Amino acid sequence: MLHGYGASLAQGALLTLSVAAASLGIALVLGLLGAMAKLSRVAPLRRLAQAYTTVIRAVPDLVLMLLVFYGGQMGVNALSEQLGYGYIDIDPYVAGVATIGFVFGAYVTEVLRGAFLAVPAGQREAALAFGFSRIQVLWRIVGPQALRHALPGLSNTWLVMIKATAIVSVIGLSDLMSRAAQAAGATREPFLFYLAVGIVYLGFTSLSELGFAWLQRRLAAGSRRVSL
Amino acid sequence: MNLEAVIGYLPKYVSGSWVTLQLLVLALVVGLAAALPLAMLRSLPSAWVWRPVWAFTYVIRGTPLLVQLFLLYYGLAQFDWVRAGPWWPWLRSAWFCAVAAFAINTCAYTTEILHGAMRAVPAGEIEAARAFGMSRWMVLRRIVLPSAFRRSLPAYSNEVVLMLHGTALASVVTLHDLTGVAREFNSTYYLPFEAFITAAVFYLLITVVLVALFHAAERRWLHPLQPHAHP
Repeated sequence: MLHGYGASLAQGALLTLSVAAASLGIALVLGLLGAMAKLSRVAPLRRLAQAYTTVIRAVPDLVLMLLVFYGGQMGVNALSEQLGYGYIDIDPYVAGVATIGFVFGAYVTEVLRGAFLAVPAGQREAALAFGFSRIQVLWRIVGPQALRHALPGLSNTWLVMIKATAIVSVIGLSDLMSRAAQAAGATREPFLFYLAVGIVYLGFTSLSELGFAWLQRRLAAGSRRVSL
Repeated sequence: MNLEAVIGYLPKYVSGSWVTLQLLVLALVVGLAAALPLAMLRSLPSAWVWRPVWAFTYVIRGTPLLVQLFLLYYGLAQFDWVRAGPWWPWLRSAWFCAVAAFAINTCAYTTEILHGAMRAVPAGEIEAARAFGMSRWMVLRRIVLPSAFRRSLPAYSNEVVLMLHGTALASVVTLHDLTGVAREFNSTYYLPFEAFITAAVFYLLITVVLVALFHAAERRWLHPLQPHAHP
């Protein structure tokens, strides 16, 4: 049905998933750092995090990706020339993952900041009074409760992010989208192949939604549900 | 930074911004106009009515905008009957396909936003209006819609900013929007930092203006609706 391009599309789909997963890792780390900076007592840290989330969320991800890909290429080569190395090619995979992770780290920062603020201050104070260290408070008391509040926002960010991975095809990564473009060019059946891409993405987002609904139910175990 | 090259290119950036704004405003107007009736249908009790609307928004919201754009612009050309049809002069144009794809995309998100806002109208307000003898249509027009529009402002302002970022994809189908101009600048002079940071500054300015407009709208229309602490 796909004129023998099924295996190629499947490989592309795997690459798309791996871009999404790697970007999620970076976004979560940056988001956690960003949220802690935004809630910290140190004013320069707060301002830095504020600038990060404001600027990133105001500029299209495609523009940032082109900046990282072409700009990073230039920067790396200038550096390697000074150090006496030869020409280095920036891997589009690295540029894509770095940009998507960096962009969505800003959204995760906002989600986690809200989630940390939603945990009642008394929880923290009680834990400190019991002699917990600050790391223990974060890991044992505030973190698990904040995760519960963060999950809907994280799920939303993940869904936007997995769809955003389609733009890595623009910088030449052979993900699902660019493999479909190759197949479309070779067979002159673009509708068929882009439709297939759409169906694969719909499968990814639908499965993610089911997964997050399950996770939400699990994390909500032990919290009381009161209905009027 | 090679500021001279940037300054020489500024007029093109301005015209690129103009293309971006045109794409954005057209897509938003068409999308909102279609989303309003769809949101009403989505809120009706009959599953035969709301299911198809829900399916439309589910599919659009579950797939990347780039895929939707490519399906319209490259995909439809696969069929001979499309190329022979009266719509072909339109569907052949990247500009039309970009506006159409963006409008369909924002329509799906706006439908869900409006639907959520309509559901958030307190049941008591609707019951009170019915008790006053208003017809269903009048309740919708006088009670539900005015309040739903106000309530949807914060979510809609997010959607508008996301759509602005979405219009950057127009550059992938050869349009000279803000991102397209930046890509052209980069490929002409090979100055990636200058090219894309300038574009980013333009996007930042447009975003700041949009956000300020929506803040003003919220102060004017949403805040009076919300509970205030009495001094």
